[in-house]
Amino acid sequence: MTRSLAAWLAGIAGAAALVLLPLALNRYGIYILSLWAVMTIAAIGLNLTLGYAGQISLAQGAFVGIGAYAVAILTTSGFPFVVGLAAALAVSFAVGWLLGYPALRVQHHYLAFVTLAFSTLAYLVFRNEEWLTKGIYGIVGVPRPSVLGIATAKPLPFYYLCLGALAVVSFAVWWLVRSPWGRAFVALRENPVRALSLGVDTRRYTLMAFAIGSALGGVAGAFYAPLVEFVDPTPFTLALSLNLLMMVIVGGAGFFLGPFLGALIAVLLPEWLRFMEGWYLIAYAVFVMVLLVISPTGILGILDRHLTARRTRAASQARAAAKPVLNSEAA
Amino acid sequence: MNDIVLEVRDIVGGYGPMTILNGTSFDVAKGAITTIIGPNGAGKSTAFKAIFGLLKVRSGSIRFLGRDVTNAPPRRLLEAGICYVPQGRNIFPELSVRHNIELGAVAAGRSITDMPRRIEAALDRFPVLRRKANQQASTLSGGEQKQLEIVRGLLLDPKLVLIDEPSIGLSPMMVQETFGILKDLRARGVSILMVEQNARSALEISDYGIVLELGQTRIVDKADRILHDPRIGQLFLGGGLAA
Ligand SMILES: Nc1ncnc2c1ncn2[C@@H]1O[C@H](COP(=O)(O)OP(=O)(O)OP(=O)(O)O)[C@@H](O)[C@H]1O
Ligand SMILES: [Mg+2]
Repeated sequence: MTRSLAAWLAGIAGAAALVLLPLALNRYGIYILSLWAVMTIAAIGLNLTLGYAGQISLAQGAFVGIGAYAVAILTTSGFPFVVGLAAALAVSFAVGWLLGYPALRVQHHYLAFVTLAFSTLAYLVFRNEEWLTKGIYGIVGVPRPSVLGIATAKPLPFYYLCLGALAVVSFAVWWLVRSPWGRAFVALRENPVRALSLGVDTRRYTLMAFAIGSALGGVAGAFYAPLVEFVDPTPFTLALSLNLLMMVIVGGAGFFLGPFLGALIAVLLPEWLRFMEGWYLIAYAVFVMVLLVISPTGILGILDRHLTARRTRAASQARAAAKPVLNSEAA
Repeated sequence: MNDIVLEVRDIVGGYGPMTILNGTSFDVAKGAITTIIGPNGAGKSTAFKAIFGLLKVRSGSIRFLGRDVTNAPPRRLLEAGICYVPQGRNIFPELSVRHNIELGAVAAGRSITDMPRRIEAALDRFPVLRRKANQQASTLSGGEQKQLEIVRGLLLDPKLVLIDEPSIGLSPMMVQETFGILKDLRARGVSILMVEQNARSALEISDYGIVLELGQTRIVDKADRILHDPRIGQLFLGGGLAA
């Protein structure tokens, strides 16, 4: 009871900070915070596919690209933002579903290769299909939408829009992982054969894990496009997919808050380490390696182990104090 | 046996090209405990997998409550009211005890709306599981793990329980406790099909017995008659069953 109360209080404090913090930041600070919100959405999606359902994907960055292009193309042709958002969601859901089919046959690093190939393919489409994507010149002037009559062209309102999207996604996923669906995803990750005998349709759930995870990548892209107001192929290379993978793993794959933390580190660390110039990537790499040696389950894995150890100590004390049924005189 | 829940007719099937079940046939009576015995490798577990849709049957038919369910997927069978507790350990060791129990509800149809209440009730019936609900399931003892599996299987209120060698690795007291759960279920009208190597104790609580050998049904009879049939002890159970 007290633990969940503490969790609630921490959640409310975190949400309040996210609402109030940008009031004290300049334009650039607000941009970074908006980028964090967008990347967190994409990482939450990948966490669902990888952390909960156990399917590795090196294509999440490509789905961010698909979402970004969907919104850029549609809104610059005069469609409203919501149409672009719906298209981003639908297209990345459908393509993610299709990308799930190889996962029914191959696992682990083979699946990583399949998704890597898809990531490269998507990049080539972004770059070469000029009739649709304008190729390397990119699509300029992606407008920021008006929501309920409020223009979000300025950084602050647009940040709140991103934050709102993150909140909606978080609640949806929070509900999902607690539903029988989410429970089944985890069962699938742990042991597909056992999951099958409990009635988990392993085929459908695997495809679903890819489709939902990818759809959230698309949603992130849908907000990324108006955030940077310009879409070209360069942000959506394999590097973004790897970066998102890193966010999930550093934060803690399979933990609900993992992507929030991982994205925070991945987005903010380059800013903090700016004084190191070119060396910051090396510092980041060393940090990640050391972290994964200490805790393969990421930062939240450390916390989790600590809590488990405390509970185990309490349980073993209780066992030592318990009254035996057979007393020693009887022996 | 005029009240039959499950009708298995001449099923043939196996692993890849290997045929294990060679025309197995038997019936399971409603509200009764039926126990399958037979030597190791007879195909008892394979028969369960075939019934539960985990293994394709090449010919023959399986009917549940009069409806054809041959090669139906597990999910449909669960919805129809069959649950399957496989041989060996089948929990998810890394997940919490509570999460393991909740997985029994994955196949719950929309008609079941009181799942949280059912889970609480299940935990109330097994205080050990309640006490350890938030622990990793791997920290349960073997017997507690088996209880967890049974509790998980019962969450959907099955009409037929398939349970494969529940007594393996349990202390005599725990075996009796597990059999006690099965007897309670029978008293509530649930039909049970069990495989057991612990043939004597199993047949003692059973209504019917089936002897399976080389993937074929050899004997089907009332449990007490099988228990006292001298051939059976000699043939499969190292003698002395009826002693
Ligand atoms: N997954 C599998 N792949 C191939 N052959 C298998 C497989 N599982 C079982 N078999 C074979 O099928 C035959 C029957 O096995 P099954 O598990 O049904 O026996 P059983 O009657 O349950 O025996 P036990 O009492 O030892 O549990 C055995 O010869 C076994 O080698
Ligand atoms: Mg067996």
